Amino acid sequence: MPIQRECTIMRAEKLNPFAWSLTLDAGELARAALPGQFIHVKCGDSRLLRRPISICDTDGNCLRMVFEVRGEGTAWLSRRHTDETLDVLGPLGHGFDLSGRKLLAVGGGIGVPPILNVVRHCKGEAHAILGFRSVDRAMLLDEFRAASSTVSVASDDGSIGTHGFVDALVREKLKGERDVAGVLACGPRPMLRAVAKAAAEAGVPCQVSMEERMGCGVGACLVCACKMADGAYRHVCKDGPVFRAEEVDWDE
Amino acid sequence: MNNAVDLSVTLAGVTLKNPIVVASGTFGFGREYGQFYDLAELGAICVKGLTVLRREGNPPPRIAETPMGILNSVGLQNPGVDAFLAHELPELRRHDVKIIANISGSTPEEYGDMCEKLSEAGVDMIEVNISCPNVKAGGLAYGTRPELAAEVTAIAKKHAAVPVMVKLSPNVTDITEIARAVEDAGADAVSLINTLLGMRIDVASHRPILRQNMGGLSGPAVLPVAVRMVWQVARAVKIPVLGMGGVMTGADAAELMLAGAAAVAVGTACFADPYAPVRVRDELARLASGQGISRVSELTGAVQPW
Ligand SMILES: Cc1cc2nc3c(=O)[nH]c(=O)nc-3n(C[C@H](O)[C@H](O)[C@H](O)COP(=O)(O)OP(=O)(O)OC[C@H]3O[C@@H](n4cnc5c(N)ncnc54)[C@H](O)[C@@H]3O)c2cc1C
Ligand SMILES: Cc1cc2nc3c(=O)[nH]c(=O)nc-3n(C[C@H](O)[C@H](O)[C@H](O)COP(=O)(O)O)c2cc1C
Ligand code: FES
Repeated sequence: MPIQRECTIMRAEKLNPFAWSLTLDAGELARAALPGQFIHVKCGDSRLLRRPISICDTDGNCLRMVFEVRGEGTAWLSRRHTDETLDVLGPLGHGFDLSGRKLLAVGGGIGVPPILNVVRHCKGEAHAILGFRSVDRAMLLDEFRAASSTVSVASDDGSIGTHGFVDALVREKLKGERDVAGVLACGPRPMLRAVAKAAAEAGVPCQVSMEERMGCGVGACLVCACKMADGAYRHVCKDGPVFRAEEVDWDE
Repeated sequence: MNNAVDLSVTLAGVTLKNPIVVASGTFGFGREYGQFYDLAELGAICVKGLTVLRREGNPPPRIAETPMGILNSVGLQNPGVDAFLAHELPELRRHDVKIIANISGSTPEEYGDMCEKLSEAGVDMIEVNISCPNVKAGGLAYGTRPELAAEVTAIAKKHAAVPVMVKLSPNVTDITEIARAVEDAGADAVSLINTLLGMRIDVASHRPILRQNMGGLSGPAVLPVAVRMVWQVARAVKIPVLGMGGVMTGADAAELMLAGAAAVAVGTACFADPYAPVRVRDELARLASGQGISRVSELTGAVQPW
């Protein structure tokens, strides 16, 4: 059940030249949050719509969000300081199904942070595969190393980890590790599509976290439509953001 | 404090416990916002626009932000009137709140069929949408031509056993002409405004943000247009007006009432603040009580134009 709350910023840090991390005192909102869910954040009075941001991690009443500056709203968020408050709605959506802890958690770019929460919930048994455009965009590596069974990194330009895309690492991992119960992925759509393909080839179930522009964030306005393989639209904020990969119409 | 103000109003003979309605398409069928507060707090719920058959709606992106507003191009995604009657109306009926069914047809006959079914099922009022800018058939076409608007209104009236309110489009040169046409055709009330046709372009990609290129503008940006049109229409017709467009606060609601609205709908505001309808109601009550008004309905049409 979602709640709306003014949350005090307990910690504000810059993780790299592009990404910021805010840790909020979110009370019961943090305690109710599940991996893969998101929050809908008001970004000042001059922007009408809230911005959807994934929950990166929770610890008791603390909720962490990590974001890149993409436009005015996220730029406003990046200027927030400790002890200021944010108007937050959440936790929203339905997250990852984490049955079977031996999971392969895959994040790309700003899709990396929400994967941390997944890995944490798997109590050290999950493998993490993280993709970045380049080394200056890498983030949260220490946190992932502390929480995962193994961590593999790829970058588009080879400046950190393997040169190439995460789906190649997913293929490799699924060949080596026979007992992976599922693949969970968050990142840009082309990456999700490639990871879903790699998982399907290995016969391993795959869940993906989708993005779409949102209005209400709670399922009332129907703007956040995502085309499904059966031709119907489902809604990222309420039915998602996590879908089973085979449900999604990747050609849309 | 607020107890002093009588908030009840009547709209086309239906008594609402307060003048705050939630606008069609912004509140689903009430389930989502019903998690935040008791739906009985509202004057009425206007449900998502219904069509005879299920509609999937338009491809995304369906929303673009604008300076103090939004564009949407949902395209009347809905489960169809029969699924609404089977699955949503019984659930809504568990709450002590008036239900207004919003309908869109692609022929006048479709409007008639839906009016019959919905009346039988006992909704409190029917809002005939002749102003959706996001669908090809019907929609806006009926709302911009007085003779077509009148034809749809007459058919709806013939088949409806409950009051019929016609929702007007602002995308016309003279809204009073359409308002008079639907009044003459028997409408019990009019509601306005639906969204204003608009467009935004991503300058980086040279692509419109909406997949449909154009969409409907709502939110605070449209409030002054709504106030103007409610004022014009309220002076042109005798039937009551449900005012909407950009209401964010109790003062905004009061503006629409002063301009002539008997009740006010809150829509886009819910996306910023899920509690908006309830907050607007309380702010309106405070505003009225601060002005020594005992019945909120006294505000309706009380503007003193120059
Ligand atoms: C479920 C979900 C989870 C997300 N999690 C994160 C996260 O953890 N970290 C992060 O950095 N980003 C995340 N995003 C993307 C983030 O919402 C956008 O980057 C942000 O909304 C951009 O806002 P802006 O004002 O800076 O950009 P502008 O381009 O100025 O925004 C204009 C409008 O478009 C919307 N919009 C623009 N890009 C996106 C997008 N990619 N997805 C959805 N709406 C968009 C904005 O919300 C706003 O309504 C997530 C998106 C979704 C749907
Ligand atoms: C996402 C969205 C969906 C809408 N869907 C409908 C609809 O199905 N039928 C209808 O008559 N109006 C629809 N509208 C218009 C609203 O009911 C209302 O007339 C308009 O948004 C102006 O009010 P507001 O500024 O308070 O939102 C929709 C508006 C929005 C923003
Ligand atoms: S954002 Fe409103 S339904 Fe998803």
